[in-house]
Amino acid sequence: MANKILAILEQREGSLKKVSFEAASVAVSLAKQLNLEVEAVAVGSEIKNLSEVGKCGIKNVTFLKNSEFTNYSSSGYSEVISNYAKEVNASYLIIGNTALGNDLAPRLAVQLKSGCLMDCINLQVESGEVIATRPIYAGKANFKLKLNSEIKIYTIRPNIFKADFSANENVNITLKEISNPNLKSKVVAFKKSEGKLDVAEADIIVSGGRGMKGPENFHLIESLANVLGAAVGASRAVVDAGWRPHREQVGQTGKTVSPSLYIACGISGAIQHLAGMSTSKYIVAINKDKDAPIFSVADYGIAGDVFEVLPVLTEEIKKLRS
Amino acid sequence: MKIAVCVSHVPDTATRIKIGSDRKSIDPSGVTFIINPYDEYAVEEALKTKGILGGDTIVYVLSVGGDANRETLRKALAMGVDEAILLRSEKQKDSFGIAQALADEIKSLGCELVFFGKQSVDFDNSITGQITAELLNYNCVPVVVEFKLDGNKITAEREIEGGREVIETSLPAIISAQKGLNEPRYASLKGIMAAKKKIIIEKPAASSTDFTEVIEMSLPASKQPGRIIGTDSSAVAELVKLLREEAKVI
Repeated sequence: MANKILAILEQREGSLKKVSFEAASVAVSLAKQLNLEVEAVAVGSEIKNLSEVGKCGIKNVTFLKNSEFTNYSSSGYSEVISNYAKEVNASYLIIGNTALGNDLAPRLAVQLKSGCLMDCINLQVESGEVIATRPIYAGKANFKLKLNSEIKIYTIRPNIFKADFSANENVNITLKEISNPNLKSKVVAFKKSEGKLDVAEADIIVSGGRGMKGPENFHLIESLANVLGAAVGASRAVVDAGWRPHREQVGQTGKTVSPSLYIACGISGAIQHLAGMSTSKYIVAINKDKDAPIFSVADYGIAGDVFEVLPVLTEEIKKLRS
Repeated sequence: MKIAVCVSHVPDTATRIKIGSDRKSIDPSGVTFIINPYDEYAVEEALKTKGILGGDTIVYVLSVGGDANRETLRKALAMGVDEAILLRSEKQKDSFGIAQALADEIKSLGCELVFFGKQSVDFDNSITGQITAELLNYNCVPVVVEFKLDGNKITAEREIEGGREVIETSLPAIISAQKGLNEPRYASLKGIMAAKKKIIIEKPAASSTDFTEVIEMSLPASKQPGRIIGTDSSAVAELVKLLREEAKVI
């Protein structure tokens, strides 16, 4: 009889990621509502802050350890996690929808003969069943879905579910040394990108569009991003024009983002761009054209020249921060 | 070697979504459908790989769906793919059903290298490639921006948060393409004419049980437009104050 909810904790460089605490909190909350047991599992070689999930209400964490598990291996991680899920009869798995989670969840689903719902923004219990909401068409619409498989896997969009640190459990960590991991596919190197922050993970994003007139003017965007500790984003038009790298693209063929603050500079707001950023908590638009569609989703707007407004805004925030 | 590319047929990204009368799918009237944008990178990479391998390499393009998908299959043929196969399913399958149909066909064709787009821009699951690989027991690298095949050995770079992972694996394998992997070619006029004459092979898609049940499709609550504070830098002080005191985000 399946009876357990398992939160899968993701680590990078030996530290649990923020989304791992969100996954742990979601697992604890679902377990309460479904009256099931909950525990967490992590894979790695060394993890410093495993016991911190106690604050989210997790009492038991199992650490699947091998010196080859410092970096992700799709074959290795999926095999040890699915074996563990079978061993403890897990019926629900909760995973952060990161690059790793997106790769891992469907593989676990096949290995556990379960369904999986990706990038959920709401998980609600109705009559003992989990009903998931996930954006489709990059957020132009939402799907409400449920899984009919015996085991159910959900990945959660980062930054949407709040991590709840109100508990104070003493965490019992069980160490499992893994021998002969399956490394058919393995990460041999990591190339860090030059930009400091990734749009997918940033709490604040400053984005530039065609209104910036050329790649040589993006230093204005970078300066503002710098003083705010923000990531630099870009519209499809400027990525396609080769002004900015694709990893910065926000929108339907780029990244869908939900930061606390999104500052759109010289972006008119094509529907495929709006789809990718309109779930941001607060949106600021700076654009010369007061009729630009971006103002229809912006909380605050300045219908003015970005080249005149941006330096002043950067200065003002610099003053505030000093 | 036999190479497969799997493509889907999706609404153009400029589409404004309207919900259909069943409240579970979109109203397709007036919607332009296109080849999924990421699948164009997959087709290009397959053709590029064929160009490098030469010899008797064949590239197949596969799509699961109805007659409408023929247009997308023709697009791939026009770009230079050798054979097109429509795996017919009138019913909308979930990712697991689509993957099962593709896996069965890939197996019977004997394709050792398979390209997907990293995700379809309709349902955005981004999992069909990984599921297909698991069903076939193939290696799989998703979200790839660099791909190199050397004999049996694959070196691929995949985009993750903050950088790229360099991954080593081997054939048989599935690669899902991210924007940036290559520059998809335009179909030549000759290619388009030739594609029109090609016969698209049609087979029934393998049956499957869906794990996913759609309860409802809805539009997100539309955001109330906010205020325009000013028209030049004199509004900056007010903006900063609002962000600090009202929004509390800086």
